[in-house]
Amino acid sequence: MADYLLSMMTFFPLLGILILLFLPRDNGGLLKGFTLAVSLVTFAISLPLAFDNVFTTSGGMHYREFSEWINIGNFFQMNYNIGVDGISLWLVMLTTFITPITVLSTWNAVDKNIKGFMAMLLLLETGMLGAFISLDLFLFYIFWELMLIPMYFLIGIWGGKNRIYAAVKFFIYTAVGSLLMLVAIIFVYYFAQQSGALTNGFGIQELYKLDLPYNAQFWLFLAFGFSFAIKVPMFPLHTWLPDAHTEAPTAGSVILAAVLLKMGTYGYVRFAMPMFPDALPTFIPFLAFLSVVGIIYGSLVAMMQDDIKKLVAYSSVAHLGFVMLGVFALNLQGLAGGMIQMINHGISTGALFLIVGFLYERRHTRLITEFGGVATKMPIFATMFMIVTFSSIGLPGTNGFVGEFLALMGAFQSSLRWYAVFATSGVILAAVYMLWVYQRVMFGKVTNPENEKLKDLSVREIVIMLPLLLFIFWIGVAPNTFFSKMNPAMELMLERMGADKVAVVEMHQPAAAGHASGHATDHK
Amino acid sequence: MENLVQEAIQNVNLQAIMPSLVLCVFGMAILMVSVFSKRGSTTHVAWLSIAALVVTGFVTLTGWNNPQAGFAGSVLFDNFATFFSMICIIAAGLTILMSDDYLKREGFPVSEYYPLILFTTAGAMWMASGTDLMTIFLGLEVLSVSLYVLAGFFRNQTRSNEAGLKYFFLGAFSTGFLLYGVALLYGVTGTTKVEGIAAYVSANPAAAMNTMFIAGGALLLIGFLFKVAAAPFHMWTPDVYQGAPTPITAFMSAGPKAAAFAALMRVTIIGLDGLQSELTTLFWILAVLTMTVGNFIALSQKDLKRMLAYSSISHAGYALVGIVAWNQIGLSAIMFYMLVYTFMNMGAFAVLVLIGKQGEDNLTLDGVAGLGYKKPILGIVLSIFLFSLMGLPPTAGFTAKFYIFAGAIEAGYIWLAVLGVLNSAVSLYYYLRVMVQMYFKDPEEDFAWVTINTPVAISIAISVVGVLYLGIFPNSLMNLAKLAGF
Repeated sequence: MADYLLSMMTFFPLLGILILLFLPRDNGGLLKGFTLAVSLVTFAISLPLAFDNVFTTSGGMHYREFSEWINIGNFFQMNYNIGVDGISLWLVMLTTFITPITVLSTWNAVDKNIKGFMAMLLLLETGMLGAFISLDLFLFYIFWELMLIPMYFLIGIWGGKNRIYAAVKFFIYTAVGSLLMLVAIIFVYYFAQQSGALTNGFGIQELYKLDLPYNAQFWLFLAFGFSFAIKVPMFPLHTWLPDAHTEAPTAGSVILAAVLLKMGTYGYVRFAMPMFPDALPTFIPFLAFLSVVGIIYGSLVAMMQDDIKKLVAYSSVAHLGFVMLGVFALNLQGLAGGMIQMINHGISTGALFLIVGFLYERRHTRLITEFGGVATKMPIFATMFMIVTFSSIGLPGTNGFVGEFLALMGAFQSSLRWYAVFATSGVILAAVYMLWVYQRVMFGKVTNPENEKLKDLSVREIVIMLPLLLFIFWIGVAPNTFFSKMNPAMELMLERMGADKVAVVEMHQPAAAGHASGHATDHK
Repeated sequence: MENLVQEAIQNVNLQAIMPSLVLCVFGMAILMVSVFSKRGSTTHVAWLSIAALVVTGFVTLTGWNNPQAGFAGSVLFDNFATFFSMICIIAAGLTILMSDDYLKREGFPVSEYYPLILFTTAGAMWMASGTDLMTIFLGLEVLSVSLYVLAGFFRNQTRSNEAGLKYFFLGAFSTGFLLYGVALLYGVTGTTKVEGIAAYVSANPAAAMNTMFIAGGALLLIGFLFKVAAAPFHMWTPDVYQGAPTPITAFMSAGPKAAAFAALMRVTIIGLDGLQSELTTLFWILAVLTMTVGNFIALSQKDLKRMLAYSSISHAGYALVGIVAWNQIGLSAIMFYMLVYTFMNMGAFAVLVLIGKQGEDNLTLDGVAGLGYKKPILGIVLSIFLFSLMGLPPTAGFTAKFYIFAGAIEAGYIWLAVLGVLNSAVSLYYYLRVMVQMYFKDPEEDFAWVTINTPVAISIAISVVGVLYLGIFPNSLMNLAKLAGF
């Protein structure tokens, strides 16, 4: 079984869709229950990965599966080539973990065409998992594009009132980026073929070793980077995000925030940066600058929103800025911070969207001014919202602190010192907009009579939130559970990114970094 | 000339024309059957025609890896011809499957319709297997004349009349150009054989720069480019595609277009090889122009048939990229692309055939509002075809586009590939608009008139399977396309 674990995990949701199609259309409970079961089984299949200690010792790919797929002789060759390492491990787990939660969150929220909705959710899960485990660029591209279709329908059919605009904008932004990446993928392939370095189709492990001339790396990084930057999204390519998030149904927003945005950052770490290391020094100052602009701009715009969901959407732009800044530091602290911040953002922003969803399902509005004094009516909700807010701000003891602290520290110790200094202001701004919205929504007197009748969270809603809260504290208090399995893979990856070329002055960094991250955790 | 005729007679090789021969004999027999059939009863003629195509398909397949030359080198039925002939046979079969109920709905159940499709297919096969410009011309004429009739088949509908007439006038002009080109080339090189022209040019390199030779080549190309609807010779396409009976529109966009590409490829890559550097530049411009014109005008179309007509222009542009590449990958990619395009485009038209009302005035963007809810299966399959036309994985449209752009990049035309994918990005918008209407708008109609009958369902099923199979497991057909290159 372990031999095919990744395939089973990836395609189990697809199998679920096939059965789903034959279930009666009108029985909403059955459809939702079945989808929940499928997503829980998928989670169960993926669970052995999280407990496998092989990741703590080896940074290479594990659970490899390989079979020949397309082979047109000397024309081109693609393989079904998958595997997982410390970098993709937690993202895979995040995906299988968050999907059942989103299914549960739809229980009362979706009543139109439930079958279609559930099929789209499962298709999305297959696409996301496939993209994280692909080791063949061509295969990656297929899964990458496959994610687009269900998300487009999720926003367009079950979204808010501007859903069509948001769905089309989301689709076209993402597709334009990926089409350019396609040209770059083909180019890399033929370059590798002509230089005789190619033995294994579009396998990235061979492509890592490719010694491309700087000039080619420059353009290729631009193409890959552009595509991933749209998905992250980095300023100024972020404009699709607030629209998509605001219009998407809660489940769509949660998946979009928790997993889909990670595709962009993951793409940088897995593909763009290690494949084109020579072009990195040219682009890093520029990309780091955009990350910092994203952090500050996202925070400032979030502050000014009167719609809670839009506020959370803009806060994503800021949070992803921290991730990118950490990754671009090209040292172990920075990368570790960035990677763990990806998971953190998935958990806390996912939770925030669920919280917005709870409010919206009760009041059918998301305007901050409509609320006030909700804490007195919904004490459990208030507690949970408070914890998630702290996590989003990055309060010590929660997961957000670990990620942001390491990312900023990594950046500070690298050539990006001044960027880190400016980025730190984002932490303060985050406290401002999150606490302010919490205060306006939760505290004070109930001014709006509509809020008098608010019911506190139901058992189902508490069940949805508890696992997320668990991980907020777990990562906050004992992040080494996660770091220990990421470290070997990250060190390997940093080597590939040619970290030595960028940070020559910090030759001893990796060793010190391991110590520092351990140190940082000891104190919590 | 007399020697030529004698040589040809001594070189008779019926094997080389067997598939088209079988098809023509069947066509004439079916024509007789329809003469003696009761007026208005066409179903048995349709099934007979399908049987004829199946038989022809098997006969054609015997030509695989068994190249047959004949008639003094004016016909060569090789893998290349087999591949393209099969595309045309599939296209014709799908057309016939979606036609029968359509003809009855439009009030024009005339059985001559089916033999005409068979003759068109036979003409297409001559174009694909012709190695002499005269053979190719003959095929082109047989194909065109049948299509003129088919395009204007609904003689009581103004739109259909307009389509037939327009196609006939412009088509006659383009054939004239082509023939003039053949004459000029003959004047310079003293032969009409494709190989002969190439041999003459390689023996006398100066001839390639001869004004008469260039003029002849250009006129010849215009004739073919008109048939593949490449800009700037695309003007006839929207009106003809919109006015012709929908199955015929589907057919024209797949079968005859593939045949025209076959002839274009053989004539340019083999015959005009001496002009390679000039021609690649020319085709570079034509490819970009064609896809850009097609995509940008499609953006503003409200009528679905017209939109698909412009989309078909843009797809011809993508296929031309394969000729620019001028390498093995590019050539095989065109073949694969034409096969995939046959499935995805004919599938989309088959759905339109089903949802159209009599007169087809409802085949507009607004007309499909809410289709995805009222007819879920039709909605899903049309979405699959549209995603494939966009070139999104895991559909065949993606693998085909990948193949084409791989050829261009391998040959070093990176900017062409970039312009190609940017064009694909533009095309997303108008394909998405159809899906927006189908799924994101509330139904205005109940689509109660849509009845799914078996033959159309079969043709849609074949297309869906083709699009998904070639999208996920393209290996086998891609390899066949590789072997079919010359």
